[in-house]
Amino acid sequence: MFKRTSKAAEAAPAAPATYGIMAEFSDTDEILVAAAKVRQAGYTMVEAYTPIPVHGLDDALGYKASRLPWLVLAGGLIGSSGLFGFMTWVNVVDYPMNVGGRPFFSWPAFIPITFEGMVLFSAFAAVFGLFFICGLPMPYHPVFNAPGFERASVDGFFLCIEAKDPQYDAAKAKALLTELGAKAVNEFSE
Amino acid sequence: MQTSQQLKPPPVEEHYDTLLAPNQSYASVSAKISDIVLYPLTKTPLGWLGAFAVAAALLMLYLYSLATLFTVGIGIWGINIPVAWGFDIINFVWWIGIGHAGTLISAILLLFRQDWRTSINRAAEAMTIFAVACAGIYPLVHTGRPWLDYWFLPYPSTLGMWPQFRSPLEWDVFAISTYATVSVLFWFVGLVPDFATLRDRSQNRIAKLLYGLASLGWRGAAKHWQRYEIASLILAGLSTPLVLSVHSIISFDFAVSQLPGWHVTVFPPYFVAGAVYCGFAMVIVLMVPIRKWFGLEGLITMKHFDVMSKVMLASGMIVTYGYFGEIFYSWYSASIYEYFLIVNRTVGPYAWSYWALILFNVLIPQLLWFKRFRTNLWVLFIISIAINIGMWFERWVIIVLSLHRDFLPSSWATYTPSFYDWATYIGSFGLFFVLFLLFIRLLPMVAIFEVRDLVHKTAHKSHGAEEHGHTGA
Repeated sequence: MFKRTSKAAEAAPAAPATYGIMAEFSDTDEILVAAAKVRQAGYTMVEAYTPIPVHGLDDALGYKASRLPWLVLAGGLIGSSGLFGFMTWVNVVDYPMNVGGRPFFSWPAFIPITFEGMVLFSAFAAVFGLFFICGLPMPYHPVFNAPGFERASVDGFFLCIEAKDPQYDAAKAKALLTELGAKAVNEFSE
Repeated sequence: MQTSQQLKPPPVEEHYDTLLAPNQSYASVSAKISDIVLYPLTKTPLGWLGAFAVAAALLMLYLYSLATLFTVGIGIWGINIPVAWGFDIINFVWWIGIGHAGTLISAILLLFRQDWRTSINRAAEAMTIFAVACAGIYPLVHTGRPWLDYWFLPYPSTLGMWPQFRSPLEWDVFAISTYATVSVLFWFVGLVPDFATLRDRSQNRIAKLLYGLASLGWRGAAKHWQRYEIASLILAGLSTPLVLSVHSIISFDFAVSQLPGWHVTVFPPYFVAGAVYCGFAMVIVLMVPIRKWFGLEGLITMKHFDVMSKVMLASGMIVTYGYFGEIFYSWYSASIYEYFLIVNRTVGPYAWSYWALILFNVLIPQLLWFKRFRTNLWVLFIISIAINIGMWFERWVIIVLSLHRDFLPSSWATYTPSFYDWATYIGSFGLFFVLFLLFIRLLPMVAIFEVRDLVHKTAHKSHGAEEHGHTGA
């Protein structure tokens, strides 16, 4: 989002390092095939940037299953047991009240709040866990420097091979991506 | 209100069998929806400004009513003993019920993989959040000493006391705050990719900055989308039982008491069905004018209204079944107090409200059995308003008619809403519409990336490719 202006580049003594090569495709089929082929060619630091979630793309890129569901489970258990335990402590230990001989540990009456606590903390885990794992907010990322990248949130399907990849060779990568049908292939800096 | 249109636009073609007008692309739907928002504030159309002026005036009325309430006290309302709950609780339940449809459209329809939710879920969820805001204010201000509302929260107090966790009124505190929080979080998560689209399409520096901050730097990375879809499904899976539990807890405010007409086990499902009924009606009331004013007929088609009407009809029949159930229980109970409930409702001093309820909630919506009426937007709009009014009468009948004549005739009284009862209620519409108008002006009212996904699915279906298993997000 915050691109380096040319003034800043002139002021900096050394040119910023190359981040990688960005290829633009026009639809989901192309990028799925391209992603699979790029991985088959041996590249490991590959990422795709799309305006819609593309099914099969995370498999094509070799991503493992996410830990997020486990975080949500942890949140749910903490919320429900925390609130249930708290209500039990309040009504059995801290300030028990004898109302017509009714039991202090009236657990059925604790169920609604326990349930809401489970939902609330699971939702916190899902949302804040999602942002935390994704490293968001991150207002600046090198890929925003790739030419035409503003289409990634509209109709452009981008595939990026990072320069940090051990197999990275600008010319070879460019050739491969062009061969796979990319509309545009550009190298860009950090 | 397209200010850039100088020519008269061609008459709109309505689609009855598809969810999306043909010949749309990722770019065209993105542009259509974001252009409603991305133009200078100074060029805001007069229609919006006029509506906002009215809403703001109602909001002033609301603030005046609340200020009088805090300074003078609950006595400005028409409540008395025995009718200790009047407009405050009627409107609280009414607003919350409206909110539930938004969550149902966002969450439950996502779990059921119903594509017809995509164009309407963003506005419906916004409606939910604003309705919950209007609803939540009532329990806070009706307590008589609202400056002591913090006593509802479990904090270690110098009194050594804690809230009564066994009371439905305390359950309400947790239920409604959870519902409000989860709705806002779910709504915001859904907005993040759309903020990215607005950031990238915006020409104005300040708009770009603000939308960019709101987008959290979203770049559409495949890894992020993977987790995002999981989070959306989880949130939908959480919101579904949340809706059911919240309105059930609200129904417990009545059901755990001993009053005839309140102490009824059918209340949780009956209230939830009623909420769906009323909420869908409000969604239709909002969507019919909005899609016309903003040219969204290609994204919100007649098929959407057809399906929404069917959901309304189904929930309306459940509510009707509830009414017949209540009549049956009264007779079957062999209790003179239960029996009197139905006598009082049908021929008592407030019988006009009970029969209005039957007219608005049971009789008028039967028109929805006919496709002719489901797809005639004027008729549908009027039926939806009738349902909103009918559901208001239902809350009135449940609360006032059970309270004003219960077990002991010497305690019987009547309830007349005062000026401030009305001012607070009508003023709450001011709050709702101010928020909703701001939402329309500043945020994408249709979920852009979800509609893009629908374009993708439609294109792939027509190309014969099998793409089952798309859940969208």
